[in-house]
Amino acid sequence: MTAPASIDDVERRLRERRYIGDRGLATSIFLALKLEKPLFIEGEAGVGKTEAAKVMADVLGARLIRLQCYEGIDLAHAVYEWNYPRQLLHIRLMGEGEDRRTAEREIFSSDFLLRRPLLDAIDNDDPTPPVLLIDEIDRSDEEFEAFLLELLSDFQVSIPEIGTIKAKHAPFVVITSNRTREVHDALKRRCLYHWIDYPDLEKEVEIVRARAPEAAESLAREVAALVQGLRSMELYKVPGVAETLDWARSLAALGATRIDAALVDATLGAALKYQEDLERIREQVPAMVEKARGA
Amino acid sequence: MPDRPDLLPRLGAFARLLHDAGVEAGPRRLTDATRALTFVDLKMEPDFRNALRAVFVSRKDDIATFEAAFDIFWAPPNPHAAAGVIPGRGRSLPLSPERALAWSNALGLNSSQLNRQQDTNVVPETSSGYSAQELLRQKDFDAMTWQETEQVRRLLEQAPWRVAERRTRRLRAARSGSIDLRRTARHAIRSSGELVRLFRRRPRLRRRPLVLVCDVSGSMERYSRLLMIFAHAISRREDLEAFVFSTRLTRITRLLRHRDLDRALASVSKGVHDFSGGTRIGDALADFNRRWARRVLGHGAVVIIVSDGWDRGDPSQLTAELIHLRRSAHRLIWLNPLLGSKGYEPLTRGMVAALPYCDDFLAAHNVQALDDLGQLLAGLDRRSARR
Repeated sequence: MTAPASIDDVERRLRERRYIGDRGLATSIFLALKLEKPLFIEGEAGVGKTEAAKVMADVLGARLIRLQCYEGIDLAHAVYEWNYPRQLLHIRLMGEGEDRRTAEREIFSSDFLLRRPLLDAIDNDDPTPPVLLIDEIDRSDEEFEAFLLELLSDFQVSIPEIGTIKAKHAPFVVITSNRTREVHDALKRRCLYHWIDYPDLEKEVEIVRARAPEAAESLAREVAALVQGLRSMELYKVPGVAETLDWARSLAALGATRIDAALVDATLGAALKYQEDLERIREQVPAMVEKARGA
Repeated sequence: MPDRPDLLPRLGAFARLLHDAGVEAGPRRLTDATRALTFVDLKMEPDFRNALRAVFVSRKDDIATFEAAFDIFWAPPNPHAAAGVIPGRGRSLPLSPERALAWSNALGLNSSQLNRQQDTNVVPETSSGYSAQELLRQKDFDAMTWQETEQVRRLLEQAPWRVAERRTRRLRAARSGSIDLRRTARHAIRSSGELVRLFRRRPRLRRRPLVLVCDVSGSMERYSRLLMIFAHAISRREDLEAFVFSTRLTRITRLLRHRDLDRALASVSKGVHDFSGGTRIGDALADFNRRWARRVLGHGAVVIIVSDGWDRGDPSQLTAELIHLRRSAHRLIWLNPLLGSKGYEPLTRGMVAALPYCDDFLAAHNVQALDDLGQLLAGLDRRSARR
């Protein structure tokens, strides 16, 4: 598939894949492709950051390589690791007389290399450079960020026993963060930045229609209105678009085409994930339902 | 909208405006912006704006500043426009007064369109009676004499304690601990596959982050300055996030960054508008829990609330917020300066509501008390809290 030719083209292709983004996101994606820079996407949980990367892979006709970050993630999990058990077996099975030099060269070859996502993203034979998704980078630690900084500036990795491996074509890199901590400026500076906000009512209805087509139009609109209402309340955890979709799907599965107080009360857990929030909102369900039905 | 010939110099000027307003806009970004603009249709205002935003902004907090700067800079110059006519007039730029004047001259605006100083004097709406006169004084911390300040600062800077470490998930080589398969196997390969020696590794240790939430309302006035000195001293050597509240919560972490104490205190007193106002602890903690907890309470943070517990808010709200806060913190410590005075009993409504949910309840009225706190912080467990 050819690369998008314009911002409109990006927007259209996202839409074709049922991803309803705003013009700003399409612009950032287009520029990231053109300037060959990583795209750094921030936003609250459940606004579609990861989904954006997945859809981009499809848009480009590229493979998606995903690296999920966590505290303590290190090079052995992110880049490569030698397959030690295999190496040990191999060396034990070798005859006495064999040359040690040759043996070492043999076991430190790519046959014994366990390739992790970052190495895979740099060293591959894909016809189209892959999309590398570095998900929730805010969960990793500073050491890992420092390493990424290096990787993202020249897209090469050196493995002492093999040498330096450089990407033939740089992958399209998408980094996401939930902002549980501030990611270092040096890393962000190498990227284009986009903040995904919660969508407004019309856009959210459109998203529900695209992503949860099983929900009737009236249901989609009312659920979106309910969630919009919830977002303006003081909650520990504000529901994201992912929650709106879950909620619409749950209600559709129950055969609802419109909402009512009993249904909403029974399915409130699809949107609210804290006990305190549930308790607080429960009392207000009838009023909220009434308001959403009028939206 | 810009036309081609003078676009580059104008872009340079725009980058300087962003820089003056505190958004990083160095040469590298400017280069990126120039390149980015070759790919968008400059006649499309939204695309032009989106492209520049993607390049110049790298954190959410800068978005509002960027939008304001964009509106002011790229709007058609119209010195005769009345306030409110130029798009984006509602948003203001955080510029120093001299810079604001220079920019408004350069852009042909009237200076009030740029300067933020004006909105610091606006009295915010208050919803309840007791703090209706929220005191928006830009207060100087001058309760303590200069010598005392110096003494206290030196004592705090030299305090021998450091916050305890916690175990991280990252492993490092060590003499004892679990077996490090990687190094062991590596070594074995060299000896033809014999496991001659076992290598070991154990979790790396890191200092726990501290989160300080300080009450600076009227009743705490006498202690505010001392506490800010304390906050500044620990921010120099520990991983500290600091907040103050009276009627609302303000994050002062960045304001404390000045190496120099007096400059740090000056920027705090400039940045916090409700020193010595009323107290609503429950509201402040609710705000903290919703807006900040997820961002600053990672990695086994220790939360320290400093307040005398004089609270006119709803005690049940305070309780609910403390329960929540305690669950997300490694340890919840409440410092009360009044605890130092003889015969004090924690009977204020706020204190009664709060006590059962705090892990520790300590005094904070003098340097000795702060040292005791230091000892406690130094002795915290490496493992995660079990409750």
